[in-house]
Amino acid sequence: MIDPLRAVRQTGEVALLTARAFAALVRPPFELGRWVREAEQIGVRSLGVASITTIFTGMVLALQTAYSLPSLGVKYYIGTVVSKSLVRELGPVLVALIVGGRIGSGMTAELGTMKVTEQIDALRSMAADPVKKLVVPKLAATLVMLPALTVIGDFLGILGGLVIAVLQLDLSPGFYINDTLSSLTLADIGSGVGKAFFFAYFIAIIGCYNGLNASGGADGVGRATTNTVVQASILILVSDFFLTKLFYILS
Amino acid sequence: MTGSPLFRIRGLVKSYGDLRVLDGLDFDVLQGECLTVLGRSGSGKSVLLRQLNGLEVPDAGTIEFEGTDLASLSEYDLFPFRRRIAMLFQGGALFDSMDVYENIAFPLREHTELGEDEIRAKVAEKLEMVRLSGIEEKAPSDLSGGMRKRVALARSLALDPQVVLFDEPTTGLDPMTGATIAKLIRSVDERLGVTSVVVTHDLPLARTVGDRVAFLDAGRFRFLGDWAEADRSDDELFAGFLAGREEAEDAA
Repeated sequence: MIDPLRAVRQTGEVALLTARAFAALVRPPFELGRWVREAEQIGVRSLGVASITTIFTGMVLALQTAYSLPSLGVKYYIGTVVSKSLVRELGPVLVALIVGGRIGSGMTAELGTMKVTEQIDALRSMAADPVKKLVVPKLAATLVMLPALTVIGDFLGILGGLVIAVLQLDLSPGFYINDTLSSLTLADIGSGVGKAFFFAYFIAIIGCYNGLNASGGADGVGRATTNTVVQASILILVSDFFLTKLFYILS
Repeated sequence: MTGSPLFRIRGLVKSYGDLRVLDGLDFDVLQGECLTVLGRSGSGKSVLLRQLNGLEVPDAGTIEFEGTDLASLSEYDLFPFRRRIAMLFQGGALFDSMDVYENIAFPLREHTELGEDEIRAKVAEKLEMVRLSGIEEKAPSDLSGGMRKRVALARSLALDPQVVLFDEPTTGLDPMTGATIAKLIRSVDERLGVTSVVVTHDLPLARTVGDRVAFLDAGRFRFLGDWAEADRSDDELFAGFLAGREEAEDAA
């Protein structure tokens, strides 16, 4: 099903859109009003799903760790296991997958509808740049909000682990917190936030690219939206491997 | 009322894949005139229109506007020209995330330093011009097709353009609404002295607004002249189009 020629062409076009977006990002005027609206739409309204995802992941991590390796006394390292896996790995990836599905598809649907109803052409015909008007605010907002959501999610996930450690595994809160704080390093946090930053770029640029290139009415917008979710998810999971490698080399 | 050429189009070619939609067009658009481009569905009328403000770039040929070849300009270099060459899209293309007021205010906010009071006055003036005063707060989705097109016309007139390009302004409207739009275009042309190019297959519209008429077929103009000449035209296909005759079996 994958057409290699098309994939190469699309990669090139995405790179071109990236270049145009970053050029427009640093060129005044800065439309902060649009950025803030997008940040609210992308960040604040994703807080719920991101929180639920990481809280329950933290709780499951705590349970699984304690129950699957009981003989090794692993339960005394619950804080370490939960915080390291969340902050380095599961926080950024799961938040990106959940939030990415939500906002990436939203971007494609919005821009795609504007494309097929000639609103993008209308912008151009009025001497406005669709990349500056539409892509830049979405990209900027995602680049700021996804790392922020990831940090909040990490924190809540570690709290989720704490709840299980105290209620199910009879550890004291102080013990869990102490274990977490002594094992978690700045490099862990840097790695997690760095990943979130890359994932944010992938989600926004794919979401916008597919929207701007949608064609063929409602059907085409639907297909473009599906493509965004699939492509962004795959790219997040595959790039996560290489980013993990990269951040270990860097630290 | 018409004068020297404003647009000078020479050797215009545009293909999609193997299909040559525009095949070496040569024509002028005169200052102050309304040129109506007729053609059958899928004859490339809209494609032609989209070359005139650089929304699409031709494969070959030149589109001179006051001596500048628009076909050779980059997207950003086209911006100063697009402020003077407005376009009315087939479906109106209003921004549905904004109300009517914000839609019409958009080009003013983008390209002028007007304060909010002046913008409000300007929006009211343009809405009055399309006879839709007082609907500033409405959302585009609450408007009928005909009203959407009139609001879109008001928006395209916001910057007092020199040229307006009309893409099928009456398609999808009932004949009475279509006639209203046709009269509106005529009155805008006369009151504001704009040069306009109207692409359509709606004959009553073309007869109402067109100073000159062109007939696009197979990538070329089979006819270009005024209506008196058009009605005497012995071109079989064009005469057939004007008379609404069915396509002959052996026609290309």
